Amino acid sequence: MNPAAVIGVGQTKYDSKRRDVSMPGLIREAIDKALIQSGVDWEDVDAVILGKAPDMFEGVMMPELFLADSIGAYNKPLLRVHTAGSVGGSTAIMAATHITSGQYKCVLTVSFEKQSESNATWALSPKYPYTPHINAGAGGYFAPYMREYIRRSAAPEHIGWKVAVKDRLNANLNPLAHLQIPNIDLEMVKSTPMLWEPLRYLESCPSSDGACALIIASSDIAKGKNAAWIKGMSVRSEGTLSAGRDEVNPLAGQLCAKDIYNQAGICDPLKEIDCAEIYVPFSWYEPMWLENLGFAEKNKGWMFTDQGRTEISGDIPVNMSGGVLSSNPIGASGMIRFGEAALQVMGEAGNHQVDGAKIAMGHAYGGAAQFFAMWIVAQEI
Amino acid sequence: MKRIGLVGYAQNRIKSDAGSANEVELIMPVVHQVLSDTNLKQEDIDFTCSGSCDYLQGAAFAFVEGLNAIQTYPPIKESHVEMDAAWALYESYLRILSGEAEIALIYGFGKSSPGNLDQIMTLQLDPYYVAPLWPDRVNLAALQANSMLQAGKLLREEMFEAVCAAAQNAKTNPNTLNMIVPTLEEYLASEMISSPLTKFDCAPISDGASAIIIASEAACKKFDLEPVWIEKIGHQVDSGNFGFRDLTLVKPVSELIKKLSLDIQKIDFIETHTQFSHEVVLMAKILNRPIPQINLSGGPLAGNVMMAAGLDAIGHAYKILRDKNSVSALAHASSGPCLQHNLLACLRSHR
Repeated sequence: MNPAAVIGVGQTKYDSKRRDVSMPGLIREAIDKALIQSGVDWEDVDAVILGKAPDMFEGVMMPELFLADSIGAYNKPLLRVHTAGSVGGSTAIMAATHITSGQYKCVLTVSFEKQSESNATWALSPKYPYTPHINAGAGGYFAPYMREYIRRSAAPEHIGWKVAVKDRLNANLNPLAHLQIPNIDLEMVKSTPMLWEPLRYLESCPSSDGACALIIASSDIAKGKNAAWIKGMSVRSEGTLSAGRDEVNPLAGQLCAKDIYNQAGICDPLKEIDCAEIYVPFSWYEPMWLENLGFAEKNKGWMFTDQGRTEISGDIPVNMSGGVLSSNPIGASGMIRFGEAALQVMGEAGNHQVDGAKIAMGHAYGGAAQFFAMWIVAQEI
Repeated sequence: MKRIGLVGYAQNRIKSDAGSANEVELIMPVVHQVLSDTNLKQEDIDFTCSGSCDYLQGAAFAFVEGLNAIQTYPPIKESHVEMDAAWALYESYLRILSGEAEIALIYGFGKSSPGNLDQIMTLQLDPYYVAPLWPDRVNLAALQANSMLQAGKLLREEMFEAVCAAAQNAKTNPNTLNMIVPTLEEYLASEMISSPLTKFDCAPISDGASAIIIASEAACKKFDLEPVWIEKIGHQVDSGNFGFRDLTLVKPVSELIKKLSLDIQKIDFIETHTQFSHEVVLMAKILNRPIPQINLSGGPLAGNVMMAAGLDAIGHAYKILRDKNSVSALAHASSGPCLQHNLLACLRSHR
């Protein structure tokens, strides 16, 4: 496998409604920043890989076709990935595969969502012929999984509030984050309305407009540049209706993590990984994924949160950027995790930088907690 | 470079209306067929990739529903493109080259019968400047055909020839829809859908699914599979802005021929993803071939499953190479209005 590295990360300002830009304008905001950071130019880009979640979020079918010019894909190969919420991660991996295959030297990958064009809860509650309609959206769909986690682990109620506060405090350090709540605290989270037991309003992710772009290159281009080298990457899926699946601690997530740890030569993720950007759209997913990814023992992930170990100053910082809980342009949310992990090992994460981060993890999940995409990036090749 | 080959292909019998059959019921038979033809078990597959489109289903996550057609527990390495499955094959090809997998299962599926396909495809256009005018899929194809007519690059007789060739060739393929072959007089007198396109010139509304398996040379040896090699493969997209395009050309195809150094004259036959008769003529001219030599399977004019028809072009090329005494084939997949996005794959058999 040929080595591949992220040499540029570009992100838009995330907001609930980016009415100042069209879809092409939004995407270009991210691409231009990524190109500038990478020091490569349009003519160096061999292919463009675009990812986004369901097209019904904007009401444009296969939008990469009309976007071909604005994303610089004109006269180049253009690939469009869609793997539900994990798509930002899957797209970054597909882009990196262009490099590891040896067929390409430098690719641009971009993901976006302009959720203000539509209604996400409507689009996420598909009505299929001949099947009962679950009009739940994502929060309603995942709430039972979280209730089951709480039952199994006997975790106290305040854990969810703590995650919500921690991620928003981190967001205050990230000028691009959608939610900026300066006086956020446990009392504020606790006082917000219950949406889907056990989730209160501030324990849920926002709906955001935004885009994230990465430039991924081969070693001959990346050498000598500030780069995040991809040491391991993988995807796993399990069917929504697979008999025997554990929705709370999905096997697909466990296997995907094991795969990337093996590729990166990591034996003890807690000790060897300096920080992680994990897809946490609802507060309780932080402890659930800490266990699924092998950072914490089964049913003990919540103790990490409770003891402050996942704060930026903790021993395993999680979601330093504010995470999905603070910015959620769904199709881009996975790529933001992957890009933020890269920025950490490049030392370019600004006020939310983890001191001395050398190895970081990016994680995304989607569907009914059934699609997983993850990578490990490192400062050293 | 690692050699990668096609080792199996299965296609459903195309229907103009599959009724209440859902994605799973369309996909499962072709996946079972291709696994049984290759003597492979699902556990032998180490990467799965599909191509589909939510807007055909009319609800988000068509591919999530489709995934229930295959065994996914224990979990699998899997991905999905919101494109024709020919691009899922391209993704799988890169995954095998990079060493992430050795054997990949690719499937594509589409059901066009429940909705109004022509109008649905309008949602694919620029939402700010073009889609609000509601040009439908056939109108746009007619725009291209008219550009060609006016430039003297197309005759209605050539379109008729493409229609007849498709009907004639489709007789060899039991999965196609029955085509009525008109006389030239009937053809010229038939009612226009959008001038110069009559119903004879447009691919029929089709429901179905197809599956392909590709494998590395090492996997072919291990599992005793007889491959048709993917000698060259590449793709390229044209502008999304109609005003920037010369619709009498298919620039990505001409450029890919150069980029991939394809010697078209040495290729035995060609399968194209052409949904209108003038597109067949256009491709025949670019590839410098007589019209009847394009689409020995009948091509999309004889059955056009959205999100699978490009994969079918590759599949048919594979099948003809495997069964007949031919050595090399070119397969073409396309996407977007007026052949905007194009993929070419050059296939070669052992012989």
